[in-house]
Amino acid sequence: MRHVARLAKYASLVLASLVVLVPLVVVVFASFKTHAEYQATGPLTPPADWLNLDNFVTAWTAGDMLRGFLNTTVILIVSLAGTVAVGTLAAYAMSRFVFPFKRLILGLFLVASLVPGVTTQVATYQIVKSMGLVNTPWAAIVLFLGTDIIAIYIFLQFMQSIPPSLDQAAMVDGASRFTIYRRIILPLMKPAIATVVIIKGIAIYNEFYIPFLYLRSPDLNVISTALFRFKGPYGAQWETIAACTMIVILPTVVIFLLLQRFIYNGVTAGATK
Amino acid sequence: MTKRQPYLYVAPALILLLTFTYVPVGNMIWYSFHRWDGLDVTMTPAGLDNYVRVLTDEQYRRVFLISLYYLLASFVQIVVALYFAVILSFSTRFRNLFKGILFFPYLLNGVAVGFVFLYLFQPDGTLDTVLRFLGLGEHTRLWLGDPDIANVSLAGTSVWRFTGLSFVLFLGAIQSIPGEIYEAAEIDGANRWHQFRHIIAPGIRRIISLSMILAISGSLSAFEIPFIMTGGANGTRTFVIQAYESAFQFRQIGLASAMAVVLLLIVLLITWLQRRLLPDEEVSLS
Repeated sequence: MRHVARLAKYASLVLASLVVLVPLVVVVFASFKTHAEYQATGPLTPPADWLNLDNFVTAWTAGDMLRGFLNTTVILIVSLAGTVAVGTLAAYAMSRFVFPFKRLILGLFLVASLVPGVTTQVATYQIVKSMGLVNTPWAAIVLFLGTDIIAIYIFLQFMQSIPPSLDQAAMVDGASRFTIYRRIILPLMKPAIATVVIIKGIAIYNEFYIPFLYLRSPDLNVISTALFRFKGPYGAQWETIAACTMIVILPTVVIFLLLQRFIYNGVTAGATK
Repeated sequence: MTKRQPYLYVAPALILLLTFTYVPVGNMIWYSFHRWDGLDVTMTPAGLDNYVRVLTDEQYRRVFLISLYYLLASFVQIVVALYFAVILSFSTRFRNLFKGILFFPYLLNGVAVGFVFLYLFQPDGTLDTVLRFLGLGEHTRLWLGDPDIANVSLAGTSVWRFTGLSFVLFLGAIQSIPGEIYEAAEIDGANRWHQFRHIIAPGIRRIISLSMILAISGSLSAFEIPFIMTGGANGTRTFVIQAYESAFQFRQIGLASAMAVVLLLIVLLITWLQRRLLPDEEVSLS
């Protein structure tokens, strides 16, 4: 009986792994095949030449992926730096100062976390448009900054674990409030900042709707939209689309292998707040 | 100076919050009572017309039904995730490997996932080949072209993409239950099922109810996968795709806003209900 249960357990795990991996592996296969080979062989047949990188070259140049990666990187860095600055400052004020309307402000953040971002884009678009930001990278940056309530929560929760006696000691020594934030709080917040950078970074790298809606010009393609626009002109050349898809997935694989533990913790922290 | 200081620190976050969340929600409610193309300087008051159309027009009511596919899929997702979280919480060989594999799809770019599955569902593609290999060749069909099955294919893709998230959340919650409790239970003669029923299940109630909320609001706002894979063709238009088309292709801002308001109200109502039915013991802010 025990043996049957064990067997069933491992069988189900292997089956689930196959369900996850097979769809990805066949795309890897396709990405190394020549066009003729792709048409002649079935999807489960491995490529004849594992060093055939022609599709990757075509995808990289025709999809202008370099620009996609550059745009994504710029938006990523500015948004993350902004999120950390804005979020830690707000969390610092919320947990270390007593001031009127504090509960109201906290409530505003709480309620906002319930509003699904996709629903308000109809109206958000008009606002971004009136600011003249449509078709500039700033549209994506301000939206990534402005719609981030989870980051503030993570910072706020973490702030509560930093003993206020530290600030008070520094204040006795004559440090200003901003110095305390800059020299004491910010360095201690590193673990929370790492969490936010990881979950937010992955979310921005993967975001499709915002760049699709606001960054219409091909010069502003981020990797999601660059890949999406690849679909039309190369619709019949699956081996090239497969290569382009792999180019987009590869950085995620690397990041996941390097930062596994942080990613699990970050995702858990981000979703349960 | 010291009096104004906290406001200075909160101001950037608050201004962003108001500008990009509260003002849009306010505007959206205002737009929803008007007819407007988004360009004209004047809006025509429309009373409740937009709402009447969203709630009665066949075309608009259909998109609510489409959400049911995704809702059902998210329950499948929760069950599958719970199963794997429970079995991986007991000692298992290659545990980290399996955990990594199951979680990995959640990290992938949505467009990439869409393309991976477009490839999978192609006629004579991977799925058809596998089915033939298993001797189920007569079951192959146009997975994305046949309106009877297209939504199932898309919802299945969502399950593939998001199960990893639920799984890791459940696993984290199970592992935060102290090990001594299991040991004590084992001494008392509890089997695996008893352990699940009386230790694990109560320990993860909160995270399951949170997953339910995410499932409902997620299935109502399903967008990326169907938009990327079928663009809403073959009867796969979801609520958000419909709202997107109304707003950005047909320039019916009022109508699209009414849809968004209805969606927002449903999500808020469900969240409120959940808070009432399952009061959160750990509400801790401020």
